[in-house]
Amino acid sequence: MLASAELRARPRLPLPLVIGSSLLLAILMASLAAPFITAFDFDAMDVTARMKAPDAVHLLGTDEFGRDVLSRTLHGASTSIGLGVAATAFAFAIGVPLGLLGGYMRGRLDDAIMRTVDILVSIPPVMLGLLILASTSPGVWKAALAVGIIYIPILIRLSRSVALSLAQEEFILAARTRGEGLGWILFREILPNALPPLVVETSLRISFAILLGAVFSFLGLGTQPPSSDWGLMIAEARPYLEQAPWIALAPGVALCVTVISINLVGEGLRQFLDVRSQPGA
Amino acid sequence: MAGYLTRRLGQIVFTILAMSVVIFGITQVLPGNVAYVIAGQFATPDQIAAIETRLGLNDPMWQQFLRWAGAALQGDLGTSMVMSRPVGPLVAEALGRSAQLAGVSFLLVALIGVVVGVVSGVRAGGWFDRVALVVTWLSVAMPQFFIAIVLVLLFSGHLGWLPATGYTPISGGVLNWLSHLILPVATLVVGLFAHVASLQRASMIETLGASYVRAARAKGLSERKVITRHALRNALIPTVTVLTLDLGILMGGIVVVETVFSYPGLGRLMITAVEQKDLPVLQASVLTVTVIYAFANLIADLCYLALDPRLRTGHAGVR
Repeated sequence: MLASAELRARPRLPLPLVIGSSLLLAILMASLAAPFITAFDFDAMDVTARMKAPDAVHLLGTDEFGRDVLSRTLHGASTSIGLGVAATAFAFAIGVPLGLLGGYMRGRLDDAIMRTVDILVSIPPVMLGLLILASTSPGVWKAALAVGIIYIPILIRLSRSVALSLAQEEFILAARTRGEGLGWILFREILPNALPPLVVETSLRISFAILLGAVFSFLGLGTQPPSSDWGLMIAEARPYLEQAPWIALAPGVALCVTVISINLVGEGLRQFLDVRSQPGA
Repeated sequence: MAGYLTRRLGQIVFTILAMSVVIFGITQVLPGNVAYVIAGQFATPDQIAAIETRLGLNDPMWQQFLRWAGAALQGDLGTSMVMSRPVGPLVAEALGRSAQLAGVSFLLVALIGVVVGVVSGVRAGGWFDRVALVVTWLSVAMPQFFIAIVLVLLFSGHLGWLPATGYTPISGGVLNWLSHLILPVATLVVGLFAHVASLQRASMIETLGASYVRAARAKGLSERKVITRHALRNALIPTVTVLTLDLGILMGGIVVVETVFSYPGLGRLMITAVEQKDLPVLQASVLTVTVIYAFANLIADLCYLALDPRLRTGHAGVR
């Protein structure tokens, strides 16, 4: 109810939100419609057309196996973006309940959660991912999991701080007096109030997660061939940088545009939901 | 102050202890036994069993941990299983090279970030501010390995000015040393200065609107004095925090940059150790990074206290 009333009161959507979400939509659509955009399969090799410069047939050229760079880039979109979204969703699903619980319950449970968080953040992010990925055989889901674990502390801290400030509010006391269960209080009373900062943070996390996931793939610890994502494509293109720079540039530019458009969405949401930016959060 | 220091040092010891258990635990479940790596793919089961016994891989895990932790405390980090060299000197050597890379980069990130942030904050909305904003957005969106590749394409491939890979010690000529350092450092700086600059800008704008700045102006101080003496000092406080955060990102960035530029530092050592399942090297290098990171965080918090006298009184529970 409130949400729609506010919408009517503030009909103007922030420009970054509009630009960002339309860009993002375009990228997603292009990735889904890849078979209709390019005539080539993403892993169809053609030895007669190796490392062809971009032309009318292969719009972005071909790679060292004669595979179409455009269809590979479009194919890589779903893996890269999927990894970012999955990692963030995982961090959200673990971090937010723990943060709300700690902030609301306080005491020893909260202490235990926060000490664990302290340990997690005392490891530089990429090292943590390296340790996790080194201990198992590499794979795209494990990379997503590693990125997700790295981001759990951030979401715990954010949702905890909101729960902490709300725990003594009257509507929480009222709910407790009504005899509502813990789950109801956490997710129906506190969570809705924590949503604006969480939505903004989550949207920014997705773009960081896509970047970090690409780093893991680039280092050979994420997506494995013959499947592909942007990080792996760039890694595979490195030996041919001089002869065929387009193999590396296409996924790189795609990655940048995607991250910028998600950041624009995040910035737009921040303005729209009126969340004060938190330095260093 | 002394109490605060003791508490923080205790915290660091606990963190390192917890991390060493984690590092040891995780590396224990690495897929593919190192014995197979050493013996090669045509080894017989007997040969593999012999290597496993020699390395003590069949002992209970807690025994292996105590042996490792005890030796590590005495400065003995074990022997690389693949290179047959003591891990200590191996890691120290790589660390020295990484420290050159990280040190130069960190100084430049702090310097460029603060200067760009202050200038765009003081003249918010001006042309410099707008250009800086665009550069910031681009830099945040580009993964470091891509920045590295673009720089290599441009300065090494296209222009042919700088070597694309490798490392020369400073004893091999300052120019030679510098030429191998420029591209990796540039990659790290381009990737990191934006965080610092945008935060410095925001906090500069905020402090310039504060009442004490108005008071300083009202008593007739020159604009230069108002900015350097009154505004900048306070505007630096949040920047110190983000610089600490960036230190973590810098350490990750070093892994990437050293891989791209074949720079023989700690990051590359770590990736090689992961690929070759060289446990002692991986354990020692991750532990080294954790220790450095913990103390870097402590130093950052102390800088924080030095910059903001209000935090010094009472208990210093800044975080």
